[in-house]
Amino acid sequence: MSSRDRVLGRVRRALADVTPHNGPYEEAVGRDYLPEHGHRTTGQTVELLAENLADYRAIVHRCGAGELPDLVARLLAGRGSRQVLEPPGLPPEWLSAADVVRVEDRAESTPQRLDEVDSVVTGCAVAIAETGTIVLDGSPDQGRRRISLVPDHHLCVVRVPGQVVSSVPQALERLDPARPLTWISGPSATSDIELDRVEGVHGPRTLEVILLG
Amino acid sequence: MSGTFVGMPAFPKAAHEAVHNPTLRANLRHATHTIRAKRARAVAELDDWPALREAGRRIKDHTLRHLDRYLVQLEESVTAAGGTVHWAADADEANRIVADLVKETGESEVVKVKSMATQEIGLNEALEAEGIRAYETDLAELIVQLGKDRPSHILVPAIHRNRGEIRDIFRTEMGAWGRPAPEGLTDTPAELAEAARLHLREKFLRAEVGISGANFMVAETGTLVVVESEGNGRMCLTLPRTLISVVGIEKVVPTWRDLEVFLQTLPRSSTAERMNPYTSMWTGTTDGDGPQTFHLVLLDNGRTDTLADQVGRQALACIRCSACLNVCPVYERAGGHAYGSVYPGPIGAILSPQLRGTASEIDASLPYASSLCGACYEVCPVAIDIPEVLVHLRERVVQGGPAVRQGNKVLLKPAKGHAAERAAMRAARWAFARPGVLGAGQRLVSRTRRLHPRTLPGPGRAWSGTRELPAVPAEPFRDWWQRTHGGKDSSK
Ligand code: SF4
Repeated sequence: MSSRDRVLGRVRRALADVTPHNGPYEEAVGRDYLPEHGHRTTGQTVELLAENLADYRAIVHRCGAGELPDLVARLLAGRGSRQVLEPPGLPPEWLSAADVVRVEDRAESTPQRLDEVDSVVTGCAVAIAETGTIVLDGSPDQGRRRISLVPDHHLCVVRVPGQVVSSVPQALERLDPARPLTWISGPSATSDIELDRVEGVHGPRTLEVILLG
Repeated sequence: MSGTFVGMPAFPKAAHEAVHNPTLRANLRHATHTIRAKRARAVAELDDWPALREAGRRIKDHTLRHLDRYLVQLEESVTAAGGTVHWAADADEANRIVADLVKETGESEVVKVKSMATQEIGLNEALEAEGIRAYETDLAELIVQLGKDRPSHILVPAIHRNRGEIRDIFRTEMGAWGRPAPEGLTDTPAELAEAARLHLREKFLRAEVGISGANFMVAETGTLVVVESEGNGRMCLTLPRTLISVVGIEKVVPTWRDLEVFLQTLPRSSTAERMNPYTSMWTGTTDGDGPQTFHLVLLDNGRTDTLADQVGRQALACIRCSACLNVCPVYERAGGHAYGSVYPGPIGAILSPQLRGTASEIDASLPYASSLCGACYEVCPVAIDIPEVLVHLRERVVQGGPAVRQGNKVLLKPAKGHAAERAAMRAARWAFARPGVLGAGQRLVSRTRRLHPRTLPGPGRAWSGTRELPAVPAEPFRDWWQRTHGGKDSSK
C-alpha cells in the first residue's frame, strides 16, 4: 500500500462517526465577521494606511505625480545610495531624476550581486490600511521576490487611493493566488532577544513608502 | 503545594528544576506578561473578534471533519501548479523522503525556516545522519541550535536565554558553523541581531535547498502560506533552487477566502501585531521567480490517530499562535522544557499525548500539567476547549479505554504506576465537579474550580505529600487571575 493510501485510509477510518456535509461550503462556515472595521471616507482610509505604516516604523512620504522623480532622487541621495535595483517594468520616470547606477535583475544575477546594491525601488499590488501592509505580486513594476528582499533599503510606491483597500478580506479579493505574493508590514524585525524589538534582521532594514496621488 | 496542580509524575520533575532556575523564571514571567498585555490591545482593536474566532473554529472544524476531501483537492491543486506532493505516515518516512530529495540535488547543506513539524520529526538530526547539515535561520532557532539547546516557547523559542548568554553563545559557537561573531560583540539586542544577520547572510546567498513548514495550505488553489517576522523565511522560500515544505495534514484550509480569517486572528493573537512583518504565499512554482522545484511532504505522524478521537481531535485545529502558553499559570512557572516535546504549554499538554500516545511517563503526565483554569480556552483564536480535552485525556490515562495508534484500534490499559493518579483523579472529581459535565461542553468547571480548596482532600492529599512538586507560586493562582483578568477575558 502506498503511504498516500495509508494516510487517506486512516483519515477515513478516523472520521467514521462524521456525517459528511454536502451543501455549499460557505453555509458550513458562516461568516459573521465584518468586511472592514469602521466607516471611513477614501481620504481617511489613505490617512489610516499612512498612520499604520508609520506605526510599524516604515517611513512614509506623500507626493503628487509631478513630484515623484525629485522625491525619489532626494531619498536615494539622502541615503547615499549609489546602485539601485529596478524591476523590469518600473515606470521610467520614477528614477529619471536620480543620479544613480541602475541595476537590472537579470536571470543570471546571483544573490551575491544583488547583495551589493544599496536600494531597490518597486511599485505594489495593493496596500491595506487597517494593518499598514503593502502586498507585492511580482508584476513587472515589482519584479521577482528576491529583489525586494536582499537589498537593505526598499522604496515602495503606492498609488493612492487606487491601490488602497481598508481590510484584509478586501485585499485577498483583489489578489491572484496564482502569483507569488509577499505581504510586507514594516521593516523586518525580531523580538527574540528578551522581547526587545530590533528592526531589520534579514529583510530590508529600512522600508520607505511613497503614497503617490 | 497548590491543589491546582493535580497529579504530575514526570512533568513535575522537569518543572521542579525550572522553578529553581531564576533566569528562566524571570524571563518567562517577563515574556508572558508582556505579550499578554500587548495581545489584549491588538485583539481589542477588532470589534468583531468573537465572530472571527467563531468563523476560524468552524473552518477548522469543517476541514478536519472532511479532511480526506481537502487533502485530495490540495494534492491536485499543488500538482497542477507545478509542485510534487509526497505523503509520509510517520516521522521516519518524512525524514527519509526529505533526505532523499536533498541528496538528489547533490547538495550537503540546507537552510531552514522555523517549522514545528520538522522539529517534531527530528529532521535536523536525521539529515545530519545522512551527512546533510541543516542551518536554522530564525534568530531564536539559531540561538537554540548554536547553544545545543531545545526551544522553550513556540513564538520566542530562546526565551529562556538572556542577552548575556546569547552573546556568549555567539562568541564561542558561531565560528564553528560559519562566519564568526564580530570582534568585540556586546550584548545589546541590535548588535546581536546584526551578528546573526551577517552570519546567516552568507548561508542564504549560497543556499541551493530550502526547507520550510507552512502555516496554511489552501486546498482550492494549492497555495502555501508562511507567516514570519525576520525575513529569513522569505530568504529560504525565495533564493534556493529547490524548496521542500514539510507540513502536517491538519494545516489545510478549504478556500482562498478562509485566509481572511486567520490572517486577522493569527498575528494579533500571536505577536500582538496588526500584521506580522512578512507573509509569503506561493502556489507551486513560478517561472523565473523563486525555487523552480517544489516538494510538499504531507505529514501524518499521529495526526490521524488524534483525528480518530472525537473529543481530542479539536487539538488539530491549532494555528500555533502560542496565546495559550502566555496565559497559562503552569507554563509561566514550569517553562517550556518541562513539557518534554516541541509543543509546550496547554496545547502541548493535549497534543503530544495524542500524537505520541501516553505510553511514556512524560506523555502520561502531560494531561495533568494544568490547573484547568480555562484561560487557554478563553484566548484561543480557534476556540479549542483545552480543559475539556485535558480532562478527557486524564480519564484515558487513568482508566484506559479504546484509542487508535498508528492507524490501528487498540485498547489502552490503565497506565501502570498510576494508582496514585487514580486516587488523585477521584479526589479531583470530587473537588472540581464531574468530568462528564465538562465533557458535555459546559464551562462550569472553570468557574467553580477557583472556589475549591488548594489541597486535595482524602487520598489526594496523601498522594501530593509524597511527590516532588513545583514550589508554591508566589501569588495564589486565584488572586492572580482576579487581578489580571477581573475574572473576565480581555478578548471577549
Ligand atoms: S491551542 Fe489555540 S491558543 Fe494555543 S497555540 Fe493553538 S491556536 Fe493558539
